[in-house]
Amino acid sequence: MNISRRQMLILMPAAAIAWKAVLAGTPEQSPNYTMSEHWWGMLIDIPKCIGCGNCVRACATENDVPDGYFRTWVERYHVSDEDMTNPEVISPDGGKEGFPVAAEDDKKYFFVPKMCNHCADSPCTQVCPVGATFISPDGVVLIDQKYCLGCAYCVQACPYGCRYINPQKETAEKCTLCYHRITQGLTTACCEACPTGARQLVDLKDPKDPIHEFLKTHSVEVLKPQMATGAKAFYNGLDGSVR
Amino acid sequence: MSKFKDAGHLFRFAGLFVLLFVVFLVVRHFVVPKSFGKYGHYRADAIGEVAAHPAKFAGHETCEACHSDVADKKGKGKHAHVNCEACHGALVKVLPAPPPPTPNLYERMVALVIKPMPVDPPVLRHAEDPASVVPELPDTTVLCARCHTASAAKPKGFPQVVPADHSNGLACKTCHDPHSPAMDAGGTK
Repeated sequence: MNISRRQMLILMPAAAIAWKAVLAGTPEQSPNYTMSEHWWGMLIDIPKCIGCGNCVRACATENDVPDGYFRTWVERYHVSDEDMTNPEVISPDGGKEGFPVAAEDDKKYFFVPKMCNHCADSPCTQVCPVGATFISPDGVVLIDQKYCLGCAYCVQACPYGCRYINPQKETAEKCTLCYHRITQGLTTACCEACPTGARQLVDLKDPKDPIHEFLKTHSVEVLKPQMATGAKAFYNGLDGSVR
Repeated sequence: MSKFKDAGHLFRFAGLFVLLFVVFLVVRHFVVPKSFGKYGHYRADAIGEVAAHPAKFAGHETCEACHSDVADKKGKGKHAHVNCEACHGALVKVLPAPPPPTPNLYERMVALVIKPMPVDPPVLRHAEDPASVVPELPDTTVLCARCHTASAAKPKGFPQVVPADHSNGLACKTCHDPHSPAMDAGGTK
């Protein structure tokens, strides 16, 4: 078969594209885990949270979170009768060591655990200039540590303040929903450490998951629903003053 | 006289474009990671890299495999739904992050200039080597107070005390069994 120079020039790029498709492929991270069978989220039951900080400490241990940075944290809200829309919010060291109990008045107090909402339409993944952050096929917002430049666009884009730049690695980090655990059939470190069951890992694609019944029968809200982020951290008993 | 007698330079120019396009494709082939674009505009291999992080909390099922007696007692008490590591801490081997597999050319060049951070030796924990690593017992004075110190922000039905009034600094486990703490449930010591 004779191939002219012209044909060769057309064939070479085509062959390159075909070869690329052949080489594409990723090693399976866990043998019994199929990404397409899951769609992860989190249920946060505010009336059960006692503000002990177990989740914050467990997360820091499990994921080597540097001191002063948080992938999850607990806020204490103090809402007065006169000014319902301007609550006083504190989170000393992310609530890691609990909250001061002195000088509490007779107004409304409650705890709100915060974490990445693993949004289905996340603003943080849309702004990444290099494709270093993404929503995995099982609905977890993750960061490619090798690709991240540390530009911090995503840190600014997250409406929930859930990302930070690791001071040593100088790359963005965030809650991975303990992806290394959930792909092995374990629950997240924060859920494992929560003594009251205020946090529950949920799989929206699992028809047997009690979350479906829970969502049907409870007043459940997501944070900042007006931003249409498709947040998957479901808050039960969320007070209207929570931002 | 043909209109296109000097068109040769146009073909040479077009040829140059084709050549550059091929060069672009070849460079792109080597520069863009193989898994980029498999699921979307990102490197699919990154998912596996995140999943490779070592777990440090063993999970209560691991603990219960050996400590079935404690699990039984705890299961009947008020702390039935408090997992072991909520109080005892993470009990699996704590490993430093594994070094990335086979660095590419760029990473090797970077490593020549920036020395990689030293890797800490692994810290053995109880679930990994139960015979030789005995976890420290938590100090109940601090541990119990984290959850049970009275606060207006806690749910009303949750048992709360002012530790100074309740026990006057005495360790909680002097009177309560942490695995089954209610005094009227046979949990007293």
